[in-house]
Amino acid sequence: MEHIKTLKTRNLVKSVKKGGCGECQTSCQSACKTSCGIANQKCENNTAKESK
Amino acid sequence: MIHQYKLGGCNIVLDICSGSVHVVDDVAYDIIAMFEENGREAVLAAMNEKYAGKNGITAADIEECYAQVEELRDNEELFAPDTFEDMAGMLKEKTAGVVKALCLHIAHTCNLNCSYCFASQGKYHGERAVMSFEVGKQALDFLIANSGSRHNLEVDFFGGEPLMNFDVVKKLVAYAREQEKIHNKNFRFTLTTNGVLIDDDVIDFANREMSNVVLSLDGRKEVHDRFRVDYNGKGSWEKIVPKFQKLVKSREGLPDRTYYMRGTFTHANPDFLEDIKTMLDLGFTELSMEPVVCAAGDPSELTEADIAVVMEQYEKLAELMIQRDKEGKPFTFYHYMIDLTGGPCIYKRISGCGSGTEYMAVTPWGDLYPCHQFVGDEKYLLGNVFDGVKNTEIQKEFLSCNVYARPECRDCWARLYCSGGCAANAYHATGSVKGIYKAGCDLFRKRMECAILVAITREFAGESADSGDDGCADCDSCETCGNETFYDHPHM
Repeated sequence: MEHIKTLKTRNLVKSVKKGGCGECQTSCQSACKTSCGIANQKCENNTAKESK
Repeated sequence: MIHQYKLGGCNIVLDICSGSVHVVDDVAYDIIAMFEENGREAVLAAMNEKYAGKNGITAADIEECYAQVEELRDNEELFAPDTFEDMAGMLKEKTAGVVKALCLHIAHTCNLNCSYCFASQGKYHGERAVMSFEVGKQALDFLIANSGSRHNLEVDFFGGEPLMNFDVVKKLVAYAREQEKIHNKNFRFTLTTNGVLIDDDVIDFANREMSNVVLSLDGRKEVHDRFRVDYNGKGSWEKIVPKFQKLVKSREGLPDRTYYMRGTFTHANPDFLEDIKTMLDLGFTELSMEPVVCAAGDPSELTEADIAVVMEQYEKLAELMIQRDKEGKPFTFYHYMIDLTGGPCIYKRISGCGSGTEYMAVTPWGDLYPCHQFVGDEKYLLGNVFDGVKNTEIQKEFLSCNVYARPECRDCWARLYCSGGCAANAYHATGSVKGIYKAGCDLFRKRMECAILVAITREFAGESADSGDDGCADCDSCETCGNETFYDHPHM
């Protein structure tokens, strides 16, 4: 019996290795001008994404 | 750290430090709640007392479930330790001095007279002014010169109302397109407008050059026209809606061209879902509604009673999104966008907002501020686009802002989704950019709970569609439910 279903997510611990390129969108641009967050941003580092 | 909650028929468990998202049944939900503070025997005894013999659940099922929780813990997909603190600030330190985004205040003037405007009708508590081409050109040169190895550079044409200085906007974009070839950069432009001056020329230009356009509309006509009036007091809704519709229609299908209808909700419309529905009825599908930013005591300020309404509205909004998905009429709500598989890396998640470091606002006369929210507050004047950043003490304050610099964030489950929040909101609420804006935090956490529910529902719907089954094959709980699809009635 399956009690737990785990969604596919980016492993944040693994992102330590190849993350931090800084090319992603600045937090407070676009339609968000005060309700600042980063969850809706995309990673723009193709090398890092491959290692997820 | 974990966060668990029940919403929309789902039992959801978030493992904060690994980023894992689990949908679980009732037994697993309760085991996880007890797991860290209790031993195996105590957990099993409690679960047997609560569940064994009910709905076909056996003691063996409970032990099996416990083992699954242990396995996730061993794989660090549950209760993963926070090992990120030492890295906090590394991204900002590594990139100190690199600027990659500017908010150009192309016009400190406006053709509307909205009483709730945080920028005091576009003037930012100063004199009316428009940016000259020379100042704008210097701002772009400053950006390129300070962008280091960054390839993607963002420029937001902001105001006031930027279309009141449209010729300069066009000239600056032409200049940037020349320069990006020379310096191997890629400019992404955004235009934020109230719509009054949109015409065919603006539409052609925006579709050609603007990666994103942000269109200010508060939803229902009576809501919009309460605040968004011209200098004769006349509401702007009837004038701008057809213009927005024409622009959006012309933008459909263009690659890498987005738009957002951006509304504000206030004490006058905490029931903002009705405004979302109005926008949908008008044919708009990319939507953003934000709580008003105003001084304490302002008539438009959201009260505690309003906040309770807003919380409920966020849940109903998630329900509406799920319903519209099923009807084949999906829409986007900016704050519910969450990319679970392709979202930002941990450095971005802990380093916080880039205001004052990689992102700055430029006034019409070339002064630099940490962001548009600080413009006009002389204490936060950083320098100017001609001489660069001179107020390094203030910049250091922003450089040291990160998730771990705010004590309140350490115990918050949403910290890696939020990254510490808005420095300006924190400053206005507490007097410090390292404070927190509690009401904003409460709303953010609710938005994330709802956003993750919508993401889960979409994931399950996609899986069901891919596999061709109804998703219920392995579920023992659905025998009597008669649900049409798994995501209608997840149980887990």
